[in-house]
Amino acid sequence: AALNDGLRSQVSAALKEGRVAPTELCQRCLALIKSTKFLNAYITVAEETAMKQAEESEERYKRGQPLGILDGIPVAVKDNFNTAGIETTCASNMLKGYISPYNATVVQKLLDQGAVLLGKTNLDEFAMGSGSTDGVFGPVRNPWSYSKQYKEKSVPKSHSEESNWVITGGSSGGSAAAVSSFTCFAALGSDTGGSTRNPAAHCGVVGLKPTYGLISRHGLIPLVNSMDVPGILTRCVDDAAVLLGSLAGHDPKDSTTIQDDFEPFELPNLTDVSKLSIGIPKEYHAPGLSSEILALWSKAADLFKNAGAKVVEVSLPHTRYSIVCYHVLCTAEVASNMARFDGLEYGHRSDMKDSTESMYAATRREGFNDVVRGRILSGNYFLLKQNYEKYFVKAQKVRRLIANDFVKVFRSGVDILLTPTTLSDAAPYTEFIQEDNRTRSTQDDILTQAANMAGLPAINVPTALSKRGLPVGLQFIGRSFQEKQLLTVAKWFEKQVQFPMIQLEEVKRHDSGVFQHQKSASFS
Amino acid sequence: QKVSVEVLDHLEHLALVDFRDSEGVERLHKAIQFADQLHEVNTDGVEPMDSVLEDRWCLYLREDDVTEGNCTKELLENAREKVEEYFVAPPGNIPLPKLEERETFLQGS
Repeated sequence: AALNDGLRSQVSAALKEGRVAPTELCQRCLALIKSTKFLNAYITVAEETAMKQAEESEERYKRGQPLGILDGIPVAVKDNFNTAGIETTCASNMLKGYISPYNATVVQKLLDQGAVLLGKTNLDEFAMGSGSTDGVFGPVRNPWSYSKQYKEKSVPKSHSEESNWVITGGSSGGSAAAVSSFTCFAALGSDTGGSTRNPAAHCGVVGLKPTYGLISRHGLIPLVNSMDVPGILTRCVDDAAVLLGSLAGHDPKDSTTIQDDFEPFELPNLTDVSKLSIGIPKEYHAPGLSSEILALWSKAADLFKNAGAKVVEVSLPHTRYSIVCYHVLCTAEVASNMARFDGLEYGHRSDMKDSTESMYAATRREGFNDVVRGRILSGNYFLLKQNYEKYFVKAQKVRRLIANDFVKVFRSGVDILLTPTTLSDAAPYTEFIQEDNRTRSTQDDILTQAANMAGLPAINVPTALSKRGLPVGLQFIGRSFQEKQLLTVAKWFEKQVQFPMIQLEEVKRHDSGVFQHQKSASFS
Repeated sequence: QKVSVEVLDHLEHLALVDFRDSEGVERLHKAIQFADQLHEVNTDGVEPMDSVLEDRWCLYLREDDVTEGNCTKELLENAREKVEEYFVAPPGNIPLPKLEERETFLQGS
């Protein structure tokens, strides 16, 4: 078995048949994490506990009693999910040293099915950002920066790779990089404005944002309670379906999860798309969209058309207000959610002793970075009595208009929307940091954010490489709770485009089996 | 329009977070300017949306039965200052010093 194998199709079978042992798989992943340390994808690597989990899994396989398809599979989790006994930092000084006393529900579910938790991945501080550059442990580097494909295309003006490397996107950049560099088979991210789909696009992996209310948020340190969802990052759509199957469902500990029963599903191999209606929202031809991605989007639409699907242009008229609306609602909820960090019960505590309030103020002053503090202050402004109706309630009304746009389009017979995921391929780090976080987020979230507003499921599928040799993905948005249809279409598309595998020197050195399944045909 | 120093001070009190420098205040001004675009949208007759699940989901109340707890030890482990089973806080009911008496960047404005 190779580190790039698909879960359902290959690794699981290999484990069952004894061709590879869970401990071996775990060791290989841990070794690869060490040798790709320069990516800075992981904040904490839980080596001992991971090996122990792998050993327990091995015992189960020996007895012929694996817990399921995820038994023995190495996974990584974004560092804003609580993991019992393992530090959870949210890439912030506020939570450095905080050891969670419990597992987030999604983490517990993974462990209950025998998955091996390798470690916690890096992110923007408190998941605020679109680059994974603003955490206290430093930025995450996109593995594609070190790929043959990128190196071949980059002008050798700078002598070192040091200045050339590109960002992962964010805020779940660590998780995306971990999956992209083969250090794990799947990773959890979170998605509030695009934080799973954006890095998925830049790192060439599948990034699924499930319908709001499908997967429990219990234990996910909240950013925006009405929009946050756990995100799933994998190397292929089938694997995303496997993860979804093990994570979805009502959780009594999260009252915002729907009560309906969830049936895990296997994705059919769609051959006939003639009954499908694909909508192309014209407003997603946003200012700043690169001509390359525009062309790819158009090509994808043609792909569906030529295969017999109905492809129609649709309109989501309030799209251009979704970022503004998000900005107000997000900062308002953040102001509320960050209030819990006062130094008393957990996390950083200032030495200030004069009074409770001054201790809180000093603690928060020391613990939060500029981005977090900025959002808290803005949020509080919008929530002031004199501003509440004008901004917060107004934004809630605009939110309804945005959600209704989607309802209208889906009601008109469209099954799935096809849009770009990002405005361009990944920017070099040195270029990205020249704009401040808020400006960047505003620009980068524009294509992903509305799905969070409306609570709809959306997925990034890696599509092709850009002129610079970097991944570009396209996004599919589906109807509420229709993940099966969404993923089925995504899987069909994935098969058509045959996105190339990353050619990483590091991985080659470690895992000679990796290039067995090299895909040479590509979409562009 | 610039936000008055009184409001900025009020925000620092409410948020228990400081602006730190003029950049912080500029950030707020930009945020407000950005948010003002919302007023271009006509929302007459539109109800505010609290949750995307409003149609599907009724917030339910469960039975008032204790199902978990007794985890005092675990909960206290992450606190820096504690005495027996108490979290220890500095004295309360002492308001933050007024703007004139505080060391804050806002004093200069």
